[in-house]
Amino acid sequence: MSEFLSQGGYGFFVWGAYGMVAVLLVAEVLQLRAQRRTIWSRLGRLTRMRDTGGTE
Amino acid sequence: MTLNWFKFASPASFYPIAGRLIPVFWILTLLLLAIGLYWGFFETASKLGGSNPQKEYYRIIFIHVPSAWMSMWLYIVLVGWAAIGLVFNTRLSFMMANAVAPTGAIFTFLALWTGAFWGRPSWGTYWDWDPRLTSELVLFFLYIGYIALHSAIDDTRRADRASALLAIVGLIMVPVIFWSINCPDPNQCAALHQRSNLTRIDGNILFSMLTMTLAFWMYGFAATFMRLRSIILTREAENTWVQELLNARRQA
Repeated sequence: MSEFLSQGGYGFFVWGAYGMVAVLLVAEVLQLRAQRRTIWSRLGRLTRMRDTGGTE
Repeated sequence: MTLNWFKFASPASFYPIAGRLIPVFWILTLLLLAIGLYWGFFETASKLGGSNPQKEYYRIIFIHVPSAWMSMWLYIVLVGWAAIGLVFNTRLSFMMANAVAPTGAIFTFLALWTGAFWGRPSWGTYWDWDPRLTSELVLFFLYIGYIALHSAIDDTRRADRASALLAIVGLIMVPVIFWSINCPDPNQCAALHQRSNLTRIDGNILFSMLTMTLAFWMYGFAATFMRLRSIILTREAENTWVQELLNARRQA
Protein backbone atom coordinates (compact mmCIF):
# COMPACT_ATOMS: atom_id res chain seq x y z
CA MET A 1 0.00 0.00 0.00
CA SER A 2 2.71 2.48 0.99
CA GLU A 3 4.63 1.39 -2.08
CA PHE A 4 1.60 2.30 -4.18
CA LEU A 5 1.27 5.67 -2.44
CA SER A 6 4.94 6.53 -2.90
CA GLN A 7 4.83 5.90 -6.68
CA GLY A 8 8.56 5.24 -6.78
CA GLY A 9 9.28 8.40 -4.77
CA TYR A 10 7.20 10.60 -7.09
CA GLY A 11 4.04 10.45 -4.97
CA PHE A 12 3.94 14.23 -4.47
CA PHE A 13 3.76 14.88 -8.22
CA VAL A 14 1.41 12.02 -9.08
CA TRP A 15 -1.05 12.71 -6.23
CA GLY A 16 -0.66 16.46 -6.58
CA ALA A 17 -1.90 16.16 -10.14
CA TYR A 18 -4.61 13.56 -9.47
CA GLY A 19 -5.71 15.36 -6.30
CA MET A 20 -6.43 18.62 -8.08
CA VAL A 21 -8.46 16.79 -10.75
CA ALA A 22 -10.52 15.07 -8.04
CA VAL A 23 -11.03 18.28 -6.04
CA LEU A 24 -12.12 20.42 -8.99
CA LEU A 25 -14.45 17.85 -10.58
CA VAL A 26 -16.15 17.03 -7.26
CA ALA A 27 -16.41 20.74 -6.43
CA GLU A 28 -18.02 21.45 -9.80
CA VAL A 29 -20.67 18.77 -9.26
CA LEU A 30 -21.42 20.00 -5.71
CA GLN A 31 -21.70 23.59 -6.99
CA LEU A 32 -24.09 22.47 -9.76
CA ARG A 33 -26.30 20.65 -7.26
CA ALA A 34 -26.35 23.64 -4.91
CA GLN A 35 -27.15 25.97 -7.82
CA ARG A 36 -30.10 23.80 -8.80
CA ARG A 37 -31.52 23.79 -5.27
CA THR A 38 -31.13 27.58 -5.04
CA ILE A 39 -32.97 28.12 -8.33
CA TRP A 40 -35.91 25.91 -7.31
CA SER A 41 -36.30 27.57 -3.93
CA ARG A 42 -36.13 31.04 -5.51
CA LEU A 43 -38.74 30.05 -8.11
CA GLY A 44 -40.96 28.73 -5.34
CA ARG A 45 -40.59 31.94 -3.34
CA LEU A 46 -41.40 34.10 -6.39
CA THR A 47 -44.55 32.08 -7.08
CA ARG A 48 -45.70 32.28 -3.46
CA MET A 49 -45.16 36.05 -3.51
CA ARG A 50 -47.31 36.32 -6.60
CA ASP A 51 -50.01 34.11 -5.10
CA THR A 52 -50.18 36.17 -1.93
CA GLY A 53 -50.16 39.46 -3.83
CA GLY A 54 -46.54 40.33 -3.22
CA THR A 55 -46.63 40.57 0.54
CA GLU A 56 -44.49 37.94 2.20
CA MET B 1 -41.05 11.01 -42.64
CA THR B 2 -39.96 14.46 -41.76
CA LEU B 3 -38.50 15.05 -38.36
CA ASN B 4 -38.88 18.49 -36.92
CA TRP B 5 -35.47 19.19 -35.41
CA PHE B 6 -36.54 22.58 -34.18
CA LYS B 7 -38.97 20.85 -31.85
CA PHE B 8 -36.01 19.48 -29.86
CA ALA B 9 -34.25 22.82 -30.13
CA SER B 10 -36.71 24.45 -27.75
CA PRO B 11 -35.54 24.72 -24.14
CA ALA B 12 -38.87 23.32 -22.89
CA SER B 13 -38.49 20.05 -24.80
CA PHE B 14 -34.74 19.63 -24.24
CA TYR B 15 -35.01 20.16 -20.47
CA PRO B 16 -36.58 16.72 -19.74
CA ILE B 17 -34.36 14.99 -22.35
CA ALA B 18 -31.23 16.32 -20.62
CA GLY B 19 -32.68 15.24 -17.29
CA ARG B 20 -33.08 11.66 -18.48
CA LEU B 21 -29.58 11.58 -20.03
CA ILE B 22 -27.68 12.90 -16.98
CA PRO B 23 -27.84 9.62 -14.94
CA VAL B 24 -26.70 7.65 -18.01
CA PHE B 25 -23.65 9.91 -18.39
CA TRP B 26 -22.86 9.59 -14.67
CA ILE B 27 -22.92 5.80 -14.82
CA LEU B 28 -20.67 5.82 -17.90
CA THR B 29 -18.31 8.32 -16.23
CA LEU B 30 -17.87 6.22 -13.08
CA LEU B 31 -17.51 2.97 -15.03
CA LEU B 32 -14.89 4.37 -17.40
CA LEU B 33 -13.04 6.11 -14.55
CA ALA B 34 -12.84 2.83 -12.62
CA ILE B 35 -11.49 0.93 -15.63
CA GLY B 36 -9.10 3.68 -16.74
CA LEU B 37 -7.65 4.30 -13.26
CA TYR B 38 -7.27 0.59 -12.46
CA TRP B 39 -5.56 -0.06 -15.78
CA GLY B 40 -3.39 3.03 -15.54
CA PHE B 41 -2.04 2.23 -12.08
CA PHE B 42 -1.93 -1.58 -12.03
CA GLU B 43 -1.58 -2.85 -15.59
CA THR B 44 1.13 -0.51 -16.86
CA ALA B 45 4.90 -0.61 -16.44
CA SER B 46 6.46 1.74 -13.88
CA LYS B 47 8.69 3.26 -16.56
CA LEU B 48 8.03 4.92 -19.90
CA GLY B 49 10.56 5.16 -22.71
CA GLY B 50 13.89 3.63 -23.66
CA SER B 51 17.40 4.80 -22.72
CA ASN B 52 16.39 7.61 -20.34
CA PRO B 53 12.94 6.48 -19.20
CA GLN B 54 10.36 8.50 -17.34
CA LYS B 55 9.63 7.02 -13.92
CA GLU B 56 6.25 6.61 -12.17
CA TYR B 57 5.41 10.29 -12.62
CA TYR B 58 4.58 9.59 -16.27
CA ARG B 59 1.24 8.23 -14.93
CA ILE B 60 0.06 11.85 -14.92
CA ILE B 61 -0.43 11.20 -18.65
CA PHE B 62 -3.75 9.48 -17.86
CA ILE B 63 -5.28 12.75 -16.67
CA HIS B 64 -3.08 15.30 -18.44
CA VAL B 65 -3.73 14.27 -22.04
CA PRO B 66 -7.52 13.79 -21.54
CA SER B 67 -7.80 17.20 -19.82
CA ALA B 68 -5.87 18.89 -22.62
CA TRP B 69 -7.97 17.21 -25.32
CA MET B 70 -11.19 18.15 -23.51
CA SER B 71 -10.03 21.76 -23.12
CA MET B 72 -9.72 22.10 -26.90
CA TRP B 73 -12.73 19.96 -27.79
CA LEU B 74 -15.09 21.83 -25.44
CA TYR B 75 -13.91 25.14 -26.89
CA ILE B 76 -14.82 23.90 -30.38
CA VAL B 77 -18.22 22.80 -29.03
CA LEU B 78 -18.70 26.21 -27.36
CA VAL B 79 -17.89 28.04 -30.60
CA GLY B 80 -20.14 25.68 -32.58
CA TRP B 81 -23.17 26.46 -30.41
CA ALA B 82 -22.32 30.16 -30.32
CA ALA B 83 -22.14 30.26 -34.14
CA ILE B 84 -25.42 28.35 -34.54
CA GLY B 85 -27.00 30.77 -32.09
CA LEU B 86 -25.79 33.78 -34.06
CA VAL B 87 -26.94 32.37 -37.42
CA PHE B 88 -30.33 30.85 -36.49
CA ASN B 89 -31.03 32.96 -33.41
CA THR B 90 -32.01 29.87 -31.41
CA ARG B 91 -32.16 30.36 -27.65
CA LEU B 92 -31.07 26.85 -26.72
CA SER B 93 -27.79 27.13 -28.68
CA PHE B 94 -26.63 30.12 -26.63
CA MET B 95 -27.62 28.31 -23.45
CA MET B 96 -25.55 25.30 -24.57
CA ALA B 97 -22.54 27.57 -25.19
CA ASN B 98 -23.01 29.07 -21.72
CA ALA B 99 -23.28 25.67 -20.11
CA VAL B 100 -20.08 24.35 -21.71
CA ALA B 101 -17.80 27.28 -20.79
CA PRO B 102 -17.14 26.67 -17.05
CA THR B 103 -16.46 22.95 -17.57
CA GLY B 104 -14.10 23.82 -20.43
CA ALA B 105 -12.29 26.34 -18.23
CA ILE B 106 -11.88 23.70 -15.50
CA PHE B 107 -10.38 21.18 -17.93
CA THR B 108 -8.02 23.85 -19.30
CA PHE B 109 -6.86 24.69 -15.79
CA LEU B 110 -6.40 20.97 -15.07
CA ALA B 111 -4.34 20.50 -18.23
CA LEU B 112 -2.04 23.31 -17.06
CA TRP B 113 -1.91 22.08 -13.45
CA THR B 114 -1.25 18.41 -14.25
CA GLY B 115 1.27 19.56 -16.88
CA ALA B 116 3.13 21.57 -14.22
CA PHE B 117 3.23 18.56 -11.88
CA TRP B 118 4.55 16.45 -14.74
CA GLY B 119 6.99 19.10 -15.92
CA ARG B 120 8.75 19.48 -12.55
CA PRO B 121 10.06 15.88 -12.36
CA SER B 122 10.61 15.46 -16.11
CA TRP B 123 11.89 18.90 -17.24
CA GLY B 124 12.96 20.30 -13.86
CA THR B 125 10.47 23.16 -13.94
CA TYR B 126 6.78 23.70 -13.18
CA TRP B 127 6.41 26.32 -15.87
CA ASP B 128 8.12 27.56 -19.01
CA TRP B 129 7.02 29.99 -21.72
CA ASP B 130 7.02 27.14 -24.19
CA PRO B 131 4.65 27.60 -27.19
CA ARG B 132 2.34 24.75 -26.12
CA LEU B 133 2.11 25.88 -22.50
CA THR B 134 1.66 29.53 -23.40
CA SER B 135 -1.07 28.90 -25.97
CA GLU B 136 -2.94 26.65 -23.52
CA LEU B 137 -2.76 29.47 -20.96
CA VAL B 138 -4.25 31.86 -23.53
CA LEU B 139 -7.10 29.35 -24.06
CA PHE B 140 -7.75 29.45 -20.31
CA PHE B 141 -8.01 33.25 -20.43
CA LEU B 142 -10.37 32.99 -23.41
CA TYR B 143 -12.75 30.82 -21.39
CA ILE B 144 -12.51 33.26 -18.47
CA GLY B 145 -13.04 36.19 -20.86
CA TYR B 146 -16.12 34.55 -22.37
CA ILE B 147 -17.66 33.91 -18.93
CA ALA B 148 -16.73 37.37 -17.64
CA LEU B 149 -18.04 39.22 -20.71
CA HIS B 150 -21.32 37.30 -20.57
CA SER B 151 -21.87 38.07 -16.91
CA ALA B 152 -20.90 41.74 -17.37
CA ILE B 153 -23.81 42.48 -19.75
CA ASP B 154 -27.24 42.60 -18.09
CA ASP B 155 -29.34 42.10 -21.22
CA THR B 156 -29.10 38.34 -21.80
CA ARG B 157 -29.62 38.51 -25.57
CA ARG B 158 -26.88 41.08 -25.99
CA ALA B 159 -24.61 39.15 -23.63
CA ASP B 160 -25.17 36.01 -25.73
CA ARG B 161 -24.23 37.76 -28.96
CA ALA B 162 -21.22 39.68 -27.67
CA SER B 163 -19.67 36.69 -25.91
CA ALA B 164 -20.40 34.46 -28.91
CA LEU B 165 -18.36 36.81 -31.12
CA LEU B 166 -15.48 36.78 -28.63
CA ALA B 167 -15.56 32.97 -28.57
CA ILE B 168 -15.51 32.76 -32.38
CA VAL B 169 -12.52 35.11 -32.66
CA GLY B 170 -10.73 33.04 -30.02
CA LEU B 171 -11.16 29.85 -32.05
CA ILE B 172 -7.83 30.64 -33.70
CA MET B 173 -6.14 29.41 -30.51
CA VAL B 174 -7.21 25.80 -31.05
CA PRO B 175 -5.09 25.14 -34.18
CA VAL B 176 -2.30 27.21 -32.62
CA ILE B 177 -2.27 24.89 -29.58
CA PHE B 178 -2.58 21.82 -31.77
CA TRP B 179 0.43 22.65 -33.95
CA SER B 180 2.48 24.46 -31.32
CA ILE B 181 4.66 21.37 -30.80
CA ASN B 182 5.41 20.65 -34.42
CA CYS B 183 8.49 22.82 -34.57
CA PRO B 184 10.01 22.16 -38.02
CA ASP B 185 13.62 22.52 -36.91
CA PRO B 186 14.52 21.96 -33.23
CA ASN B 187 17.59 24.17 -33.66
CA GLN B 188 15.45 27.17 -34.51
CA CYS B 189 12.66 26.89 -31.99
CA ALA B 190 13.13 25.79 -28.42
CA ALA B 191 9.97 23.83 -27.68
CA LEU B 192 10.07 21.98 -24.38
CA HIS B 193 6.82 20.09 -24.77
CA GLN B 194 7.04 16.59 -26.26
CA ARG B 195 5.46 15.79 -29.57
CA SER B 196 2.56 13.42 -29.26
CA ASN B 197 3.11 10.04 -30.84
CA LEU B 198 0.13 7.76 -30.49
CA THR B 199 1.48 5.00 -32.74
CA ARG B 200 4.65 4.29 -30.74
CA ILE B 201 3.01 4.27 -27.33
CA ASP B 202 2.60 1.04 -25.31
CA GLY B 203 -0.82 -0.61 -25.69
CA ASN B 204 -1.71 -0.63 -21.98
CA ILE B 205 -0.83 3.04 -21.60
CA LEU B 206 -2.81 3.94 -24.70
CA PHE B 207 -5.80 1.92 -23.45
CA SER B 208 -5.91 3.71 -20.07
CA MET B 209 -5.37 7.09 -21.71
CA LEU B 210 -8.24 6.60 -24.16
CA THR B 211 -10.52 5.17 -21.45
CA MET B 212 -9.82 8.18 -19.24
CA THR B 213 -10.51 10.46 -22.22
CA LEU B 214 -13.92 8.83 -22.69
CA ALA B 215 -14.55 9.15 -18.93
CA PHE B 216 -13.76 12.88 -19.01
CA TRP B 217 -15.95 13.26 -22.09
CA MET B 218 -18.91 11.60 -20.37
CA TYR B 219 -18.25 13.78 -17.31
CA GLY B 220 -18.33 16.79 -19.64
CA PHE B 221 -21.78 15.78 -20.90
CA ALA B 222 -23.11 15.20 -17.36
CA ALA B 223 -21.80 18.47 -15.91
CA THR B 224 -22.80 20.50 -18.98
CA PHE B 225 -26.35 19.12 -19.02
CA MET B 226 -26.73 19.79 -15.27
CA ARG B 227 -25.67 23.40 -15.83
CA LEU B 228 -27.84 23.66 -18.94
CA ARG B 229 -30.93 22.68 -16.96
CA SER B 230 -30.21 25.37 -14.38
CA ILE B 231 -29.72 27.95 -17.13
CA ILE B 232 -32.99 26.91 -18.81
CA LEU B 233 -34.91 27.16 -15.53
CA THR B 234 -33.48 30.60 -14.78
CA ARG B 235 -34.15 32.02 -18.22
CA GLU B 236 -37.58 30.42 -18.70
CA ALA B 237 -38.81 31.10 -15.16
CA GLU B 238 -41.78 33.10 -16.42
CA ASN B 239 -43.00 30.42 -18.82
CA THR B 240 -45.97 28.25 -17.98
CA TRP B 241 -44.11 24.95 -18.35
CA VAL B 242 -41.71 25.96 -15.57
CA GLN B 243 -44.65 26.98 -13.38
CA GLU B 244 -46.27 23.60 -14.04
CA LEU B 245 -43.02 21.83 -13.09
CA LEU B 246 -42.88 23.92 -9.93
CA ASN B 247 -46.46 23.04 -8.98
CA ALA B 248 -45.75 19.35 -9.55
CA ARG B 249 -42.70 19.61 -7.27
CA ARG B 250 -44.65 21.36 -4.50
CA GLN B 251 -47.33 18.70 -4.55
CA ALA B 252 -44.80 15.87 -4.52
